[in-house]
Amino acid sequence: MADDKKRRERKPPTKKVPMPEQDPNLRRRNFNEVALGYTAEQAVEEANKCLGCRNPRCVSGCPVEVPIREFINLVREEKFVEAAQKIKETNSLPAICGRVCPQETQCEESCIYGIRNEPIAVGRLERFVADYAREQGESIPKTTKRTGRKVAIIGSGPAGLTCAGDLVKLGHEVQVFEAFHKPGGVLMYGIPEFRLPKDIVEAEVEYLEKMGVQFRYNFVVGKIRTVDQLMEEDGFDAVFIGTGAGAPNFLRIEGMNLVDVFSANEILTRTNLMRGYKFPEYDTPVRVGDKVAVIGGGNVAMDAARTALRLGAAEVSIVYRRSREQMPARAEEIHHAEEEGIQFKLLINPTEVHGDDKNHVIGMSCVRMELGEPDESGRRRPIPIPKSEFVLDVDTVIVAIGNSPNPIVPESIPGLELTKWGTIVVDEETGMSSREGIFAGGDIVTGAATVISAMGAGKKAARGIHKFLTGETVEGESGSEDESKKSESEKRKKSKKSKQDK
Amino acid sequence: MPYEIKFKQVLNPTTKMMVVRAPDVAAVCRPGQFVILRVNETGERFPLTIADFDRDKGDITIVYQEVGKSTKLLGSLEIGDEILDFVGPLGKPSPTDKYYGTVVAIGGGCGSAICYPVARAFKESGNYLITINGARSMDLLLFRKQMYEISDEFYETTDDGSCGVHGFVTAVLGDLIQKGRKIDLVFAVGPVPMMKFVSKTTEPSDIKTLVSLNSIMVDGTGMCGACRVTVGGQMKFACVDGPEFDGHQVDFNELMGRLNAYWEEEAVSMGRWMKETGGTA
Ligand SMILES: Cc1cc2nc3c(=O)[nH]c(=O)nc-3n(C[C@H](O)[C@H](O)[C@H](O)COP(=O)(O)OP(=O)(O)OC[C@H]3O[C@@H](n4cnc5c(N)ncnc54)[C@H](O)[C@@H]3O)c2cc1C
Ligand code: FES
Repeated sequence: MADDKKRRERKPPTKKVPMPEQDPNLRRRNFNEVALGYTAEQAVEEANKCLGCRNPRCVSGCPVEVPIREFINLVREEKFVEAAQKIKETNSLPAICGRVCPQETQCEESCIYGIRNEPIAVGRLERFVADYAREQGESIPKTTKRTGRKVAIIGSGPAGLTCAGDLVKLGHEVQVFEAFHKPGGVLMYGIPEFRLPKDIVEAEVEYLEKMGVQFRYNFVVGKIRTVDQLMEEDGFDAVFIGTGAGAPNFLRIEGMNLVDVFSANEILTRTNLMRGYKFPEYDTPVRVGDKVAVIGGGNVAMDAARTALRLGAAEVSIVYRRSREQMPARAEEIHHAEEEGIQFKLLINPTEVHGDDKNHVIGMSCVRMELGEPDESGRRRPIPIPKSEFVLDVDTVIVAIGNSPNPIVPESIPGLELTKWGTIVVDEETGMSSREGIFAGGDIVTGAATVISAMGAGKKAARGIHKFLTGETVEGESGSEDESKKSESEKRKKSKKSKQDK
Repeated sequence: MPYEIKFKQVLNPTTKMMVVRAPDVAAVCRPGQFVILRVNETGERFPLTIADFDRDKGDITIVYQEVGKSTKLLGSLEIGDEILDFVGPLGKPSPTDKYYGTVVAIGGGCGSAICYPVARAFKESGNYLITINGARSMDLLLFRKQMYEISDEFYETTDDGSCGVHGFVTAVLGDLIQKGRKIDLVFAVGPVPMMKFVSKTTEPSDIKTLVSLNSIMVDGTGMCGACRVTVGGQMKFACVDGPEFDGHQVDFNELMGRLNAYWEEEAVSMGRWMKETGGTA
């Protein structure tokens, strides 16, 4: 008996069941999805490892409190559709989260099984059941309640979509106003097809439409109608602002307006939203040269680099002023980028982009950096090494050093309290801004963060809006103790993530 | 939300005018603002300045020169057809509700159509309005009657001398300045070289000059930076900070370079279009 125990203890740590992927040499030149997802057998195999902890820690790592243990139990029983429904109780976009959440700093980070082994692959399982259920065709939850209250949602990114879904389930009339011609926000225009197929985003939006959410596209709030007009003239009882952090930042160095210098947003929007990778079948051109430098170290930088490669660049490098450990991108994206042959030029900071007489890029001056004392983000501050300047031979530069809130909506609302970064100040608990009836959440509140934190904020605001409109508290939500714990952990994460890319 | 074409007119061999039903835009737009449109599912997003609007009918007038595939595609639509996406009004309106004194409004080529609503608004604010309408030749002069009717003084120029003054718009403008006419504001819209030379003409006498920039745009709401221009040494986004800027501060050479960024791709698109349509459209 004692012997037996000893042997078990010595068992080597297990790894996640690997997820099939496209071969790096093939995928670096196509836009098809990189990760292919588990088969049913693989999913069950992975789920069987779950300890089913009595006090699971994984859930507290999830900003929308997905009932992880319960859904994994259902996977074990091969009840995949039920498992998906279980997730959808708290997370309306599981097929998306399973693909883009930074699980390693959330649920999987707190996994008890993961203390000795690789954690349970919560993200891959979530993705599997969501895809399975979608392919089977899902039933739409019926909402019979009608409160007669109208809510306007501005922006159809993950924050707006989540808030809309939750509110329509609670019986409110919900209308989403979106500036672009397609829904999804960053999910549609930013995150590339090879990481998050656009069909999936569209399917999730269709699901919301079937539940009764109405969508208006080509509608720039603040230009066509102001928030005050929506509330005073158009009969909306409350407004949720989820307009994201879409305005690209550029470096304050010479050469930023050269012809072959682009924001990551421009390259990604042309490629994803406008389908520029199918030019000339689609009319929107997108072009990168042979030698591309992408400045930044976040998800946006990884996406831009891998997109540039797929658009035909011969050499793509990430130029990042801090070290690898400090890169804010998801671990999987860094790994995938490396596999595809993206070069990492770390501890390097650009100082000037050089152009020829036609304003085309012919090189980029850089300086080498070393790590000094920790700065206010807790990360060691990069400082330039004297006399270490050199010129990188590049013909295209993509800037991915972060995005700021788009000021169009905030500026059009008199009396709205903003931070000095232009983000909207909201009540932690309810998501309400300084103006009564106006709520906000997602990147417009936190600065550039994550899909799941935006969804968490949309969810919280939906509760806040419901309470504001009806005086009722949403049932079945976690108690206040959990809540305060979660917002603490969320806060931590936010402060970590909002430094994205810098 | 379909955006129906209610009226279409060929203004000259390369320029068309359309009236599009877009009540939301028409209800609030102001002179100087623009729309971004996408003709069909495979189409690209491109900006056109609002040439006129009718709030009661809910109509927006656009005037465009068929220079590439997208404008050709738009031009191939007929009355009753629909434009898939039509978003606006975008950009900052022209500062037309102020009284300056004497305003010279200059439109070159297709720019005349865009100049028109702005010039009219300057006039409505009580300004003394001088307009200069220019084009390569007489058949390319646009909005002649409309411009004439709102103007206190009206000049026309053609590069080939087929109508009005033989020469560029700057010839007339330079002449006015030379004669010591008191000019309080110049507003110019047209090809980039024209706006550049207008700005050069007014700079020595320090006459405030506004130009309307036609940068390449994707979203038109400040989210991509495709439209960035250098104004007074600073980076600006034409779609949200403009489209109008102080002509004395604009780096026109940089703008011209950026406008040509996709000329190869444009040629490919155009070639395909000509093949598909048999070169008729
Ligand atoms: C390239 C890229 C890759 C990323 N990868 C990841 C990842 O792997 N994992 C992860 O967790 N996070 C990732 N992020 C971050 C994540 O996408 C964002 O944090 C999240 O999308 C924010 O959601 P949101 O709803 O607040 O705003 P957004 O997704 O930005 O949506 C805002 C929406 O509002 C619309 N809007 C803006 N202004 C107006 C207006 N005036 N009127 C009407 N509509 C308006 C916009 O068009 C947009 O559709 C990535 C971001 C980018 C850019
Ligand atoms: S057009 Fe995208 S920022 Fe101006």
